[in-house]
Amino acid sequence: MAKKTALIQGNEACAHAAIYAGCTFFAGYPITPSSEIAEVLSKELPKIGGKFIQMEDEIAAMAAIIGASLCGHKVMDASSGPGMSLKQELIGYACIAEIPCVIVNVMRGGPSTGMPTGPSQSDVMQARWGTHGDHATIAVAPASCQEIFSETVRAFNLAETYRMPVQILMDEIVAHMREKIVFPEPGELEILNRQLPAVSPADYKPFDTSFGDVPPLAAMGSNYRYHVTGLNKAPDGFPTTTAELVDAEERRQLRKVEANASAIEKNEEYLVDDAEIIILAFGITSRSARFAVDNLRKEGVRAGLFRPITLWPFPEKRVAGLAGQVKAIIVPEMNLGQLIHEVERVVKGSCKLAGLGRVDGEPITPYQIIDKVKEVL
Amino acid sequence: MAFDYEKYIRPGKLPHIWCPGCGHGIVMKGLIRAIDKCGLSKNRTAIISGIGCASRLPGYVDFNTVHTAHGRAAAFATGMKMADPGLTVLCVGGDGDGVAIGGNHFIHACRRNIDITYIIMNNHIYGMTGGQFSPCTPTDGFASTTPYGNPDPVFDIAKLAIGAGATFVARTTAYHANQIDKMIVEGIQHKGFSVIEILDCCPTSYGRRNKFRSVVEMMKQHKELAVPVTAAAKMTPEDLQGKIITGILHQEEKPEYCEQYARLIDKVQAQTAGKG
Amino acid sequence: MGIPKIEIIEKYCKGCSICVEFCPTQVLQMDGFVARVVKPEACIKCMQCELRCPDFAIKVYPE
Repeated sequence: MAKKTALIQGNEACAHAAIYAGCTFFAGYPITPSSEIAEVLSKELPKIGGKFIQMEDEIAAMAAIIGASLCGHKVMDASSGPGMSLKQELIGYACIAEIPCVIVNVMRGGPSTGMPTGPSQSDVMQARWGTHGDHATIAVAPASCQEIFSETVRAFNLAETYRMPVQILMDEIVAHMREKIVFPEPGELEILNRQLPAVSPADYKPFDTSFGDVPPLAAMGSNYRYHVTGLNKAPDGFPTTTAELVDAEERRQLRKVEANASAIEKNEEYLVDDAEIIILAFGITSRSARFAVDNLRKEGVRAGLFRPITLWPFPEKRVAGLAGQVKAIIVPEMNLGQLIHEVERVVKGSCKLAGLGRVDGEPITPYQIIDKVKEVL
Repeated sequence: MAFDYEKYIRPGKLPHIWCPGCGHGIVMKGLIRAIDKCGLSKNRTAIISGIGCASRLPGYVDFNTVHTAHGRAAAFATGMKMADPGLTVLCVGGDGDGVAIGGNHFIHACRRNIDITYIIMNNHIYGMTGGQFSPCTPTDGFASTTPYGNPDPVFDIAKLAIGAGATFVARTTAYHANQIDKMIVEGIQHKGFSVIEILDCCPTSYGRRNKFRSVVEMMKQHKELAVPVTAAAKMTPEDLQGKIITGILHQEEKPEYCEQYARLIDKVQAQTAGKG
Repeated sequence: MGIPKIEIIEKYCKGCSICVEFCPTQVLQMDGFVARVVKPEACIKCMQCELRCPDFAIKVYPE
């Protein structure tokens, strides 16, 4: 039997993928250009007995999904620019209290209200460092409707596996463009669930590291009673200021991503093996970059594309390796230089590096990239 | 017989962090007695708080407890109640947490009439941060950030809750300790959003700055100013000036949010099945 | 009707004196920063001290 296909928008693909991944609870607040995600889920979730709630603001939406996740649901929230700024408070809560949740950020220009309907990729660093304090970050950046589907599913898997918030960064173009997608059959994509406690309720500690760096998480309302706080906490969940405990917990929370970076990272490489110049681009910009690579190759320039699908953790080992074999890396991005800082940190001067920024609400064209490559080489 | 509070207190957590004379301990005891009277299961009860002195309460009691972020208790609790409507969900917190930074969440929880009982300990001050004024600090009152007296008008929490759509609103004081559990029991048993405002005493940060020599003086003032709602009904607005009306101030039956959503699911699923 | 047993848990008592001040029959008295039972025979078992103690430091056993 032929698989179900549809011509749908990126935001719609994201919403359907959430349900495929097992999401049963969505809370949101209306904001362009993410609105369709909430609209589709308000329609689809009740059909499967799931819950949709529109909260009074973006902070409340984060609070509601964290609460629902504590009760055992797979949860999602979607927003953009100013909404993401508001959510940072509780993204930090989900980090320290280690509560799985998926947050979609359909990026618009900024700061502030910026350009609500214009595409942007200017929240790269907000995704990494938006909430205060040290914390690990996982953020994925799909570049097509089909990939939005698969990466949304993967985002849920990562959130549940590592017990933390995972962000899906989409620019307005991938979120709003319509492409044919093939819906995976049930079971075709791997679905992962959070680890539940194997110990008795009396022995349960919500941050018990004897099972590894990701402690099992019981659902509140089951037979496991525990305490959760946004304060630095001991393995039993209660606040502590004991220096060794605080230090150990903070380090563990970074380690659960750092030590598993190779399992979390995902990249696409196109014609990089013999490349003399690499264009490092994500999201919609990577599609212009791919077109540029093909045209440059026709002109005899050995260009290649490196596309990080996982922006955080940044694929630093692979990028460092590539930097050693090429003359230059070009980083086109719809901002005035964000991901390039990470590339620069990793490349450490071992090849030329040039950025190409655009923030006028238009996408970066292949020809802008081609011109930049010629200028650099 | 002395009430066995230990049954509900997490081992090793007492003494609590609250200052000598702080009324939060009186409220916590009232809450425990109320839960006991209602016969709630520990596993199926969740207590959610924000940030502040009063919001430290959940750490002491043996239920599912979440100490959230400043002002966000009602929003977290809404997510939990929606996710698991069979769970008894209670919120606890102070006046600044509940109606300043959390004001938006508070009024919308009232509006939805979601079946949560919100116990708000109004001690007229931000105690934990050193006694700054809150929306409930009396006008002309002194706080660490109103050294010349408070120029701000005051929020009436109960009126705010009624205006926003809460279907059960009660008020009592820390002095009226045996009324605390009675009001909370009524609130828990009421289907819908219940607000119980408890006028509380902060001798350290509020009393000291406002010419109260001790917490006893503060409690005596509550005793003198309290007027039961039945007596208040026979008094003129002039007579009631400056008084604290206590008891159940408002109660009505309205559709509860989770039940409304359950009906929505039933309707959608019936339509979907019809199409199939 | 015997004299009730009134227990003060000293490690919990913070010396706020609420119990002493509101006891209708002066059963309790402050001793520095700790409440003490000084006249148990006067106790009328109204339980107000136990109810109002913010620190879980008083237990009254009427029999």
